[in-house]
Amino acid sequence: MIRILKNFSKRILAALFRRKREIKIGFYGPPNAGKTSLANRICKDWTGEEIGVVSKIPHETRHVQFKEKVEIKHKGRKLTFKIVDTPGIATKIDYEDFMHYGMKKKDSKKRAKEATQGIIESIQWLDDMDAIVVVLDATENPYSQVNITIIGNIVARKIPVLLVANKIDLKNANVKKFESTFPEYELVGISAKEGTNMDEFYEALFRLSKKV
Amino acid sequence: MKIKKLRKELSLQVIPFSEIQNLTISERVKKILNLVLGNKIVILHGRLRPEEEARLIEDTMALVDHVKNFKGIELAVIEPNVKNEGFLTKAKYGIAKRLVGDTNALTLIGPASIIREIKKDPKKIELLLK
Repeated sequence: MIRILKNFSKRILAALFRRKREIKIGFYGPPNAGKTSLANRICKDWTGEEIGVVSKIPHETRHVQFKEKVEIKHKGRKLTFKIVDTPGIATKIDYEDFMHYGMKKKDSKKRAKEATQGIIESIQWLDDMDAIVVVLDATENPYSQVNITIIGNIVARKIPVLLVANKIDLKNANVKKFESTFPEYELVGISAKEGTNMDEFYEALFRLSKKV
Repeated sequence: MKIKKLRKELSLQVIPFSEIQNLTISERVKKILNLVLGNKIVILHGRLRPEEEARLIEDTMALVDHVKNFKGIELAVIEPNVKNEGFLTKAKYGIAKRLVGDTNALTLIGPASIIREIKKDPKKIELLLK
């Protein structure tokens, strides 16, 4: 009887401790899908500060950046997160692509070098996450192997995952195509830029946190 | 003239699953990247495990940083669609996958300097060359 009570109180304490601690949530995805835009939107909403710089040129985020103690309140519930924004994962980097955006050769080469290191850093951080939000560009082809590789790696590591189809404010966005490509995962269509559907996103984020 | 040039550059290498079955992650990735660095498009019978795909991307990025003119890889996996199959077929496929690995799939890996894009949807795969 004493042992049962002991175990019960241990479980209660563990549950309380788990609820109080910070949930480390990673934002992963291909380059330019809007990971930093979404992380910025969340951080701005709840701390008043942004996490990083957003740009039209791919690989703007080349180092993992994070914001701690982001307290999110939703429908009477409250959770504290560590928001981890990661560089976009790609299988190729060509410095000449950056030159099409008007960058100088020297700067493009530097950006390419940093981007390759950023991708390695992103992958190495995977194991540190409690849960992951995969941010995908709703205007792109969902069958991209990078998307499949990212999601496959998260699932193989048994990390709870939420998919976000971003950029639904754009005409050619197709959330349904993403839903039919990944039917086994929860997916929310949002526009991080416009703040569309953020309530549904927070609802899904709290559901995701329960799986941690 | 253009066709001649493409033919000269395009080289495919098929790797049967048995050839990589007993290799470690590092050995598998090294074998693939050595071929890709030799400007070959690799057709691997089977598919890499997720952690192997991640390692392939990591090692590729390290090479982009160190090997002149190497811009990375294009990667695609073609798998049989068993989503709409019956329970028995799915179970058979699942058991085989666990026992011997995903040998029903085909993995295409090529240098990004030759392959511009691999377009994939459930019904077709298109290899777009530079």
